[in-house]
Order: sequence, then structure tokens, then C-alpha cells
Amino acid sequence: MEENSVRKTVDLFLIGGSAGSLQVLFSLVPQLSASLSFAMVIVLHRGNFSDSSLSDLLSSKTPLPVREVEDKDPVQPGNIYLAPADYHLLIERERTFSLDYSEKINFSRPSIDVTFESAAEIYKSSLAGLLLSGANDDGTKGLGKIKSAGGITIVQDPETAQMPFMPHHAIHHTLVDHVLNVREMAGFINALHGG
Amino acid sequence: MIDDEDVDLLLTDLLDIYGYDFTSYSRASLKRRIVRLCTLDKFPSFAELRYKVRSDPGYLKRFVEEVTVNVTEMFRDPPFYRSLRDDVLPVLATKPFIRIWHAGCSTGEEVFSMAILLKEANLLRKSLLYATDLNPGVLDKVRKGIFALNYMKQYSESYIASGGTHDFSQYYTANYGQAKFDHELSEKIIISTHNLVSDSSFNEFDLILCRNVLIYFDKDLQDRVLKLFDESLSPLGYLALGTKETLKFSAVQHKFQQLNREKIWKKIV
Repeated sequence: MEENSVRKTVDLFLIGGSAGSLQVLFSLVPQLSASLSFAMVIVLHRGNFSDSSLSDLLSSKTPLPVREVEDKDPVQPGNIYLAPADYHLLIERERTFSLDYSEKINFSRPSIDVTFESAAEIYKSSLAGLLLSGANDDGTKGLGKIKSAGGITIVQDPETAQMPFMPHHAIHHTLVDHVLNVREMAGFINALHGG
Repeated sequence: MIDDEDVDLLLTDLLDIYGYDFTSYSRASLKRRIVRLCTLDKFPSFAELRYKVRSDPGYLKRFVEEVTVNVTEMFRDPPFYRSLRDDVLPVLATKPFIRIWHAGCSTGEEVFSMAILLKEANLLRKSLLYATDLNPGVLDKVRKGIFALNYMKQYSESYIASGGTHDFSQYYTANYGQAKFDHELSEKIIISTHNLVSDSSFNEFDLILCRNVLIYFDKDLQDRVLKLFDESLSPLGYLALGTKETLKFSAVQHKFQQLNREKIWKKIV
């Protein structure tokens, strides 16, 4: 019974992170199940010219296909997608990605809020969002949107974050369902299943 | 809160009253821009924004300017500009006359970047750069050739990363926090409104640049616009898109060959 309430059906799992979250991803990604039944999208604040190396690095740590999004790619289960540097990443009704080069939000492009909010509109309750370490408040509004659309909201335990500001800010300004340390995250994600 | 039906109503208004067709724009991005405008201009509800748009033609200009994205920069993606210098301009140099179209040029930073490339390749004198956008407001900025001085440091770095060897500051005069680009560059730029959604081809070009415009369009409109570009390109002409845009899966794909890793294609049929 308890398990059923935790194990909701998820079609998309979003991860947002800024300063200090790369290490978390590098330890999390190898522990993910080799056959995720939902899609995963990673939105990371990073420099403009770091382009393809990050997807290569993540790719070397998991059998799951990892790729940087190109405009109008369809969102398909079992893939890990990375928001490209210097573009906002949004999701369309027909479950395809679209990119946007508009103003920075929270001094960031890609902005975590932009992706989280746009995904919440499309995926409603079949969405989960995880916010990692970071030094600004990007992501809090997005998690709020996910929560009010009926999705699952998770943040990294600020105690374990190199930059606790971002998860801390989310905990204090929106309803967070789970606060997890890095070890717990993989187990949690692997226990979710797609629709 | 604005729902999808509200957006549909507004887009129908714009098309019926003013002839602006945004119905094939990527909806997620467009909706976010409309919500942003509602906040910026402090409309208490969506209905009041809609009323303003319907009843005040003067407000339309602001609406179009704010809802379309006009963020651009000079020498954006330096490796792309390096490829233009090294791979494209030497081929165009063999032509008696060079016509280049910057479609959806916004405030024109990329048009001036191109004019600088042409000048350095000794091609500017025999070139014409057509700068078009659907938005008359941004074209005024292209016409003036004035950009904020505080961006020049970054632009200068991108210029050098693109293979530029001159002193970037020689191309503009700094005054009161603004950089005005040389008349020699702007006199080769022809400025006109053109709506990629509704307007047809108006010339034949050797190179068309349309960078980070197609991302705002849905798949069908992307296909229509790519067809328009195909019709507007001379045989063996070049088409350049943004770094995350592609000809892959488009109807004209088989007519083009990608040059290298940069998003530049050569028309082969």
C-alpha cells in the first residue's frame, strides 16, 4: 500500500542543477537502471562553450543513450536528454522539445524554471522534478509548478550539497515531497515506472 | 493564468485584424512570451491584454516586438563565422556580384558581423546584404547601426575567436556609451520588412542566413520556410542555420549537402 502511493507513474523525470551538481550527476548516472521506462531531462547551468563534452562524459558513465537536444526532437522513454548550453529548453504539446534563445531567466540560459514550468503544463501529474546543488534560486518556481500540477518534487538534501542555497531555497518556498541524499536518489528513480 | 484556448483566441484576432499569423509558432515558447508581456505591462487579466491588442493598433507594435524574440549578438558561435571565412567566402569570391539574405535578422548584429567578414575578404564592394525581419521596430536599429558599447568587449573576443586579426574597435566610433558602426558597412545593407510566414521570395541569393529563427516555428512552418529558402537560393548557394537547427527530416533535405560540423549547407540540386 505504502509502495503504491510512492510509486506513481512518471513519463518524464527532470533534473535541474547549478554549481556543485556535476559531481552529483557523475555519481548518480552510473547507478541508474539500464532500462528506464521514462525519459530523463537534465538542465544544467554551465558555460557557453562547454558544448558536447558534457554529454560525452555522462554517456561514458551509463548504457542509457545520452544526447544533447536538437530543436523538435521527440521526447522518448529510456533516453537521457541534456539541455544545450545557451538555449532555454521547452516541451510542446505533442511531446517534442523546442528551443528558445530569449532573455536569460535568473541570470541563466538554460533556465531550470523555464523547462520545469513548461514540462508541468504538458506532463501534469506524470512528471517528477529533482533540484540539485546550486548558488541561486532558479528551479524553485518550476518545482512549485510541478507540485501544483500533481507531479513529484524532490530536492537534494542541502546538508549534502556543495552549494546548499538552491535546494534550501526550494524547501523554504515550495512544497517538496522528498529530500534525498545522493545515495538515495538512484534507488528512488529506479523504483519509478513509466506509463 | 492563460490557457491554450486563450492563446488560440488571441492568435485568431491577430490574423483576422492585422494579418499577423503566429498560429504555426512553437506554442510553448510563444505562450511564455505572452504570459511575460502580461506581467511586464501589468494586465490584470488575459482578457484585458486581448482587448488592448484588438482595440489599439498602436499597441500591436509593442506586442509583436515583445512576443517575438529579439536577442542576438555579433559573431555568435565563433566557429560558425570561422567556417564562413574559410569555406564559404572564398567560393563566393569567384562570383561577379554577391547577394546575401539575413532572414529574421532582428537588431542586425549578425548582419554587421557579415559585413565585417566581407570587408576583410575584400568582397564588400561587390556585395549586397539584405536584412529582413517581420518586426519594423528592430529594423530601425539595424538602420542606425548603433549597439551598446558595453557588449563590445565580448563581441571583440568572439570576433578574434572567429579568426579576425584586426583591431575590432576600428569598425566603430564610440560615443556616449554607444558604438556606431562605420557607414562603409551599413551602406551595403538593404533593410526591409519581410514575414517568413506570409511573404514570398523576392530575389535570388548566394547565401541565406537564418539563425535561431526556425526554433520558434512548428515543424510544418519550418518546412514551408525551408522551401522558400530553397526557391530563393542560386544553384550551389549556401544556407546557414543556428547551431541546434537542422535540415534533417525536412522536405528539401535531399537538395542540400552539409559542409562540415557547422550548420551550413550547400545547395547541390
